[in-house]
Amino acid sequence: MKTPIQFHLNGEAVATFVESGANLLDTLRETVGDLSVKGGCWQGTCGTCTVLIDGVPRLSCVTLAEACAGKSVETTAGLRRGADLHPLQQAFMDRFAAQCGYCTPGMLMAAKALLDRNPNPTRAEVIDALCGNICRCTGYEPIIQAVMDVAGSDNRRRA
Amino acid sequence: MAKHRGRGVATINYPIGMNLGGDPSQALVHSNPTGKFTVALSSIDLGQGMKSVTRQICAETLGVPVEDVYVDTADSDTGPHCMGSFASRGTHRVGNAVMTAAREARAVMLEAAAEELEVDPGDLETDGKGSIRVKGAPHRSISVRDVAIAAQFRQGKTISGRGIFLVPLSDVDPETGEMSPATCYAHACLIAEVEVDDETGEVTVLKMTSAYEIGRAINPKLVEQQLVGGSWMGMSHALYETPEPYYPNTRDGARDFNEYLMPGPGDICPHDIVVLERPAPDGPFGAKGPGEMCANPVLPAVANAVFNAVGVRINELPMTPERVLRALKERGAAGPPGRTR
Repeated sequence: MKTPIQFHLNGEAVATFVESGANLLDTLRETVGDLSVKGGCWQGTCGTCTVLIDGVPRLSCVTLAEACAGKSVETTAGLRRGADLHPLQQAFMDRFAAQCGYCTPGMLMAAKALLDRNPNPTRAEVIDALCGNICRCTGYEPIIQAVMDVAGSDNRRRA
Repeated sequence: MAKHRGRGVATINYPIGMNLGGDPSQALVHSNPTGKFTVALSSIDLGQGMKSVTRQICAETLGVPVEDVYVDTADSDTGPHCMGSFASRGTHRVGNAVMTAAREARAVMLEAAAEELEVDPGDLETDGKGSIRVKGAPHRSISVRDVAIAAQFRQGKTISGRGIFLVPLSDVDPETGEMSPATCYAHACLIAEVEVDDETGEVTVLKMTSAYEIGRAINPKLVEQQLVGGSWMGMSHALYETPEPYYPNTRDGARDFNEYLMPGPGDICPHDIVVLERPAPDGPFGAKGPGEMCANPVLPAVANAVFNAVGVRINELPMTPERVLRALKERGAAGPPGRTR
């Protein structure tokens, strides 16, 4: 049975129908068409499908789409400010924090959630915020450094 | 019950690529009428940066700006053949093939330019900025774009080149049977400092210090990301990753990603890396390849550090807490090698 739901995706109103039991990841990708969200393990382990729901990082593969009714969902598709990259996206590029890039959407959203609630985190707090996200290529250090770069920058305060 | 610290060192000689069938890779380079070049490969960039490196190699060989080269990869239906992306072979094998192809294309490009300028091709040079000029007379020049247009629409020439790299077959010495399995070796030395908990069996890597000799670093930032990421992967192989982390019975092993253990951002350690560049005689611009070899010295260094810390040799990977505890139980006690029992 399909249920109508409405929520905000990156600030824009979305109205759609979902099968009961459908997860947010598949709903965003297949029904809404936001392909910036990636599925890795589909069991809440790897973190690449992380999106923000009302500002809190959530694993979209194990979140029921129906549970997002009336809420605000953020994905990496909403990070850009017009032609400009989000400071986190720029820092990830500058630090070579992506190789295959598969974990990157989840890393960016987990980092954004941290900086939105704590603009000046310590290194330990950055590591803590990213610890639900697995990366196969980078050894994490470039990712941690990219987040630390934004944490301390004036760029971040303008964003 | 205590935590013991130890230090281990390992050095490796790493043969770049494999030797099976000469380990060939092919590349094709051609220009289109706008003077931009395409490199066709079926080699795959998994994120390690081969696309960037082959782009640099092609641009440098042709003598054109790197922005004017596009690398088209990973279609094994239509691209020229490649053995694959493994064994640190991409930069060396594919890079060499691209360089050969780009040399051939450059020769055609200079011939076409010579025809337009009415000079000998041998008197021409590229400026690396998109123009071809007469040596010693830079006012006599033509843009690569105009050469490409002339080749296409007036001269009927394809500015293109073919390249293949094949490891030459090594002769066997009839007296000794000796032969050379590889033509190009990268090297590394790594020191791992660990802490071993003799109650839980847990091994923690505290610090790594290393020197990697990878030939010419064609793109130093990409080399750095390979070394940082690859050495972490070595640490991950040494201590964490296995489909059966718990008990010998496969029934109790990992069934999915939930139970396949990989270190997270909280499990990394500081790593001081020095990159040494000793250009390889048969590498493209002297490059070897920092791929798989980044991980290799970490495993023996960690095993040696565990031995140094608690006196047990773990010969199976990964060095899980269970294996460390079993080895300690067999030895009777944890302590520096050679002083217990």
